[in-house]
Formats: sequence, C-alpha cells, structure tokens
Amino acid sequence: MSLLTVDELTVTFGGRGRKDVRAVNGVSFSVDQGQIVGLVGESGCGKSVTSLALMGLLPSKGVTLGGRAELDGTDLLSLRPSKMRDLRGREMAMIFQDPLSSLNPVIPIGVQVTEILQRHRGMKGEAARKEAAHLLDRVGIPDPDRRLKEFPHQLSGGMRQRALIAMAVACAPRLLIADEPTTALDVTIQAQILDLLKELVDQEGTALLMITHDLGVVAGLCDQVNVLYAGKVVESAGRRELFAHPTHPYTHGLLGSIPRLDAPRGEPLHPIRGSINDQIAWADGCAFAPRCDRYEMECLTGTPELTEPRAAGHRARCANPVLATTEVPA
Amino acid sequence: MSLLELDGVKVHFPVRKGLLFNRTVGHVYAVDGISLKVEAGQTYGLVGESGCGKTTLGRAVLRLVDVTDGSVVLDGTDVAKLPEKELRTFRRRLQMVFQDPLGSLNPRQNIESILSEGMAAHGIGADQDERRERIRDILAKVGLPSNALSRYPHEFSGGQRQRIGIARALVLEPDLIICDEPVSALDVSIQAQVINLLEELQESMGLTYLVIAHDLAVVRHISDVIGVMYLGSLVEEAPSDALYEEPLHPYTRALMSAVPVPDPEVEDRRERILLHGDLPSPANPPSGCRFHTRCPWAQPKCAEERPELTDAGGGHKVACHFTGEIKAGTLRRAGEPEPSAAPEPSAPAKTVPPQAPAPEAETPEAEASEGSSGEGKPGAKAPGAKASGEK
Repeated sequence: MSLLTVDELTVTFGGRGRKDVRAVNGVSFSVDQGQIVGLVGESGCGKSVTSLALMGLLPSKGVTLGGRAELDGTDLLSLRPSKMRDLRGREMAMIFQDPLSSLNPVIPIGVQVTEILQRHRGMKGEAARKEAAHLLDRVGIPDPDRRLKEFPHQLSGGMRQRALIAMAVACAPRLLIADEPTTALDVTIQAQILDLLKELVDQEGTALLMITHDLGVVAGLCDQVNVLYAGKVVESAGRRELFAHPTHPYTHGLLGSIPRLDAPRGEPLHPIRGSINDQIAWADGCAFAPRCDRYEMECLTGTPELTEPRAAGHRARCANPVLATTEVPA
Repeated sequence: MSLLELDGVKVHFPVRKGLLFNRTVGHVYAVDGISLKVEAGQTYGLVGESGCGKTTLGRAVLRLVDVTDGSVVLDGTDVAKLPEKELRTFRRRLQMVFQDPLGSLNPRQNIESILSEGMAAHGIGADQDERRERIRDILAKVGLPSNALSRYPHEFSGGQRQRIGIARALVLEPDLIICDEPVSALDVSIQAQVINLLEELQESMGLTYLVIAHDLAVVRHISDVIGVMYLGSLVEEAPSDALYEEPLHPYTRALMSAVPVPDPEVEDRRERILLHGDLPSPANPPSGCRFHTRCPWAQPKCAEERPELTDAGGGHKVACHFTGEIKAGTLRRAGEPEPSAAPEPSAPAKTVPPQAPAPEAETPEAEASEGSSGEGKPGAKAPGAKASGEK
C-alpha cells in the first residue's frame, strides 16, 4: 500500500459573491515509501495548492476541499486542526521555495530548529541544542554551533535552504513535500541541495513529493512524474518512460520548449502557442485544446479520461495522443 | 571594428559608514576589470550566478551606474565619458529589455503612451499619427494585435508584457539592445516563444544583443559568443559551441555539470563537479584567482597570482593558471576518484621522478633475461632499495 494516496482531490476558492475558482480539479497520485514523485507544471497549474491542501495549510474560510487524501490510512482532509498540528512536522514536513520568508527573521536559527524538537520529540535544553547542532551538521552546514546562534539574514541562500531542510527532517518524517526547493537558488547551489535531498531519501527511506516547474530537475531526481495542467494530471509515468516517450501534447510541447544545453546550436525551439489564459473548462472538453496543435472536434466534447495509450503504467489524458517517437514536438 | 568595446571596465560601489562624515570604509567590487567586444549583428551572452556583477555590467554599458574606471565605446563614442546632455540623446542607440515585464511598465500608461514616449523624447516621427503608424508596425513584428495600443499593462499576460518591453526598445531603432534576464520571469512554454521572437527579430532587422542571464542553456541557445563571469570578472570567453564542447575554466565546467538536462539518460551518466560553499562577498574578494576558494583544482599559486584572460586558441579565452594541466588530466581535482582510462598517461608523470633511473637499469636486464615488463619492474626497484639501505 502506498504511503500517501491522493484521489480526485479538488480545491475550490470562492466566496464574497465572486465566481468560484477551481485551482485543483481532480488530482490523483500516490507516493510510496522511499520513492521520489514529481508534480510538474507551469504557474497556475495547481501544484502548490495541492501541496498546501495536503499539509492542511489552506485557510479554512473560502476554500472547499473535495476528494480524498490519505497518509498511511489517516484522512488528511477531514483531520481536526489540533491533530493536524501533531502530524505536521512529525509525520510529514514541507520545504518551501523561498527560504528567507519561511524563516522568522528575528529569531536565531537555533531556536527555530529546537522548537520542532521540543514540540514533537519532547527534547529540552542542552539535549535539544545538541540534536539541533547534529541536524545542521547532517545537512552540511559547517560550524553548526556558531550557526545556531545566528539569524537567518546572516546565512546565504543555500545555507538557509539547508537549515529549512534540517527543520523538515528533524523528526524523521515519513513524507517530505518540497515545493520548488531550488527555484530561488543558483545552479551550483541547486546541485548541492538536490544531492542532499537524494541522499536523505536514500538513507532514511523518506518519501519525497517534489513540486517543480523544472523538467531538468525532475529528469535527474524523480522516480515517478505527474504532469499537471489546469488543475488536472494530464500525464503520469516513470521518468525514463515519460522523457523518452512524452505522450500528451502538453508534455511533448514542454520538452520542445526547453533550450537544452546539449542540443546542437541553431536548432529552433518549438514553443506551445498561446498562454495559460487560453483554456476552456475541463467540463467542456480538454483544457489544453485551445493551445494544442493536435486537437480535433472530439477534444471539445467532455473531459478526456486518463488512459494508457502507449504502455502499461504510462497514463495520459488525451483523445489524440502523440504515439510516434519520431514526431517533431509541435 | 566591433560595435561595442569594453576595456578594463570597473564599477566599484563605496561602502560608507558614519552619520556626519560618511567615511568610505571599503568598496564592493561589483565589476572588476572587464574587457569584451560585441560585434554588430551578433549576440553576446553574459552568464553567471547571482552576485557576479553581470547586471551591474549591463547597467554600466547604459551608464545607469557610473563607471569607476575603463571605457565603454559604442561605435567610436566613449559612453563612460559622455557629458550628461549628450548622453541623453545618445541613449537612443542603447536600449534595454528588463527582467520583470510588469515592474518595468508604468501601470497607468497605455501601450501607445509607453511606446511613443521615448520616440517623442528623441524626436522620432513628426507627429503622434506618424508615431502611431510606426508603433503599429513594431507591434505586428513582436506579435501583438494592433488593438493593444489603447490597453494597459495589467491586461496582458507575462509573455505579452515582455513583447511590449521588446517593442519599446525597438521603436527607437537602437544599435544595441541589452536584455537583462529577458525570459527568467516567464513560464517554460512562454520562454520559448520570447526566445524565438528575439532570434527572428535579429534575423529580420539585423539587431545586436547583449544578453545577460543566469541560465546557461538559454544563453547557449541564443548567443554567438558567451562570456562567463565570476565575482566581477570574466573567467572564460568563447564562441558558443566551443564553450559547450570544451569548457576550460573549472568554474565553467562546474556550472555546466550543474545545469539539469531534461533527459534521464543524460542525467544518469554525466559527470558532476559539485562546488562547495557559496560565492564569496564581492566586498572582500579572495586574493589571486577569485575562484580559488571553491575550485576543486586549486593550487598554492592560485591564491597568490590573479590569472589574466588569455587566448587558448581559436578565440577561446580563459583566465586560469592550470588550463593545460587540467585539460591533459595531469592535475586532478581534490577528491576525484581514480579515472579508469586516464591514469596511464597521468600516473607515470607523478610517480616516475623517484624511479627515474629505473628504465636505464631495467633495459639490460630485460634484454638479457627476455623477461616481461611485469618481472622487470621489481628487479629494477630492488637495486634502488638496496642503495638507499646502504646509505
């Protein structure tokens, strides 16, 4: 059985007489112990809202949750706030994109790390401080005893992200959610952080849900990849299968849009036309149809289902999928 | 002659302290001696991580910041020394496309107003009608509908806003367009649209770009020549393909090995050079080679002497003392495992000196006994060991 099972999750923002916005529109995926699963998509596809919903971090007012999300049998969506607080940090933890705004600027790093140890592991005083120093050391922060006394602004970006990771793994959670953990960092620092995350998963057997817009990061890190578009999973496959045979036209288009360092120069990019604003409601058809070069009348009649048009375990939500591997990205 | 020539450009920002006397207590060496040339009709890509001074350099070319030392010569005119009044009219020839398309457009001006303001200031077009005609023309070129004229920036998507930014630069018919992170605020699918647009415009209008970006893959895609910056200076400069095929500077190699490629096959087998630590502060740069504190190949000499940017052949310039040694594999990086194929040429070079007389002693024995080289070696070593024992 999977550690985390998300089934037809929906998140709707509404209220105050405004039109409802359905940010997440029926997302299903699962994460196993020791597995790295990627949620990939561009801005506005609902990947961050999915993670916030799982962590119970969405405001209680004006948000309607639907579907099911279970962590080892515990229903995350209906959990009482006090129970959720016990779970958060202990069983599941999150690493955010911007390490500076996720840390309290007026409290030393040490206090922020020991706080978690006190809350969840009942550690006190010297023992907690020692454990905090050990944690900083574990994530590769040199001179941890000195760093514990410092404030977030005294640390560099990469160091702050390491401190956040230290806080996230403080209670050896079974599920780690990383929301664009390296987007704010330089590539050489990004490589360090990705290495650290991989090492933590390998050694501790933590499950990692990696949320990112960067297909390059996914290619090197994730075991299973889910591509999101307009609040729905449009393609889901193992990473080798996905990158070798992108089947949904959106995934196909994304891969054609990325300038690759190893591509011969002068090869033109094949962008997806239009922008994310050009979409139709999933209820009326495929949301990607207005930007898709392969759409047919069939695409405008009802939501396409996730099927396995290519290979077992490789699912795509498309009526006219890309099946030939030689096809030029459109 | 090149369109733009930078010679020894330095931009130092004073660090001041004190309320009354404003003492200068040090400098931030944002740009510290950069020389480069941009040819007309080409794209020069400047790549580096945050804090390396690439944006400051771009601003120095436009003289949005004052140049501390050196010259910025555009088509024979030194921008760095131009009097204020002439600079204003001269700036028409140098335009910039900014990173944040929303932040660089005035939210209260409609598109026509944004695009015609510069034209009016520089006296392009006799009246508004003529300017409008020209703006329509440019809008069509950047792929915006002509009804955009009366709309406001918030009505457009990110990619469209960046097109407006490009149109604003184009209406003034500049000689050089400086693009500072032109696509980094955009989604991948939109990025590709803007990159393609920049390339199409260059082809049809013969534009010259100085592209400043942190994304090596983007820079490689659009540039003819790439300059890699680290902590205020160029560490390597080469034609785009040469740089990718054979990066010579350790920093470039590390940077390239860190760029993720969206292909699991490539990701799994490529060599990674992990850099340790962070970028040192430009207010207190390391001595000698700026990169020696993080360089896996660093030698004592690197901390003492600052390497110059020298030509390594074919217009490939690199600032490193040990380019040849690293390329030949005779200098190994710290913590590198023994390569399986490479040690044959490199290992003897290091281990031979103490055994230098061995081959001479070995040859007569080998000839006499017809022994294989494996048997010959212990025999050759033995006399050496005896000799040292006798002493």
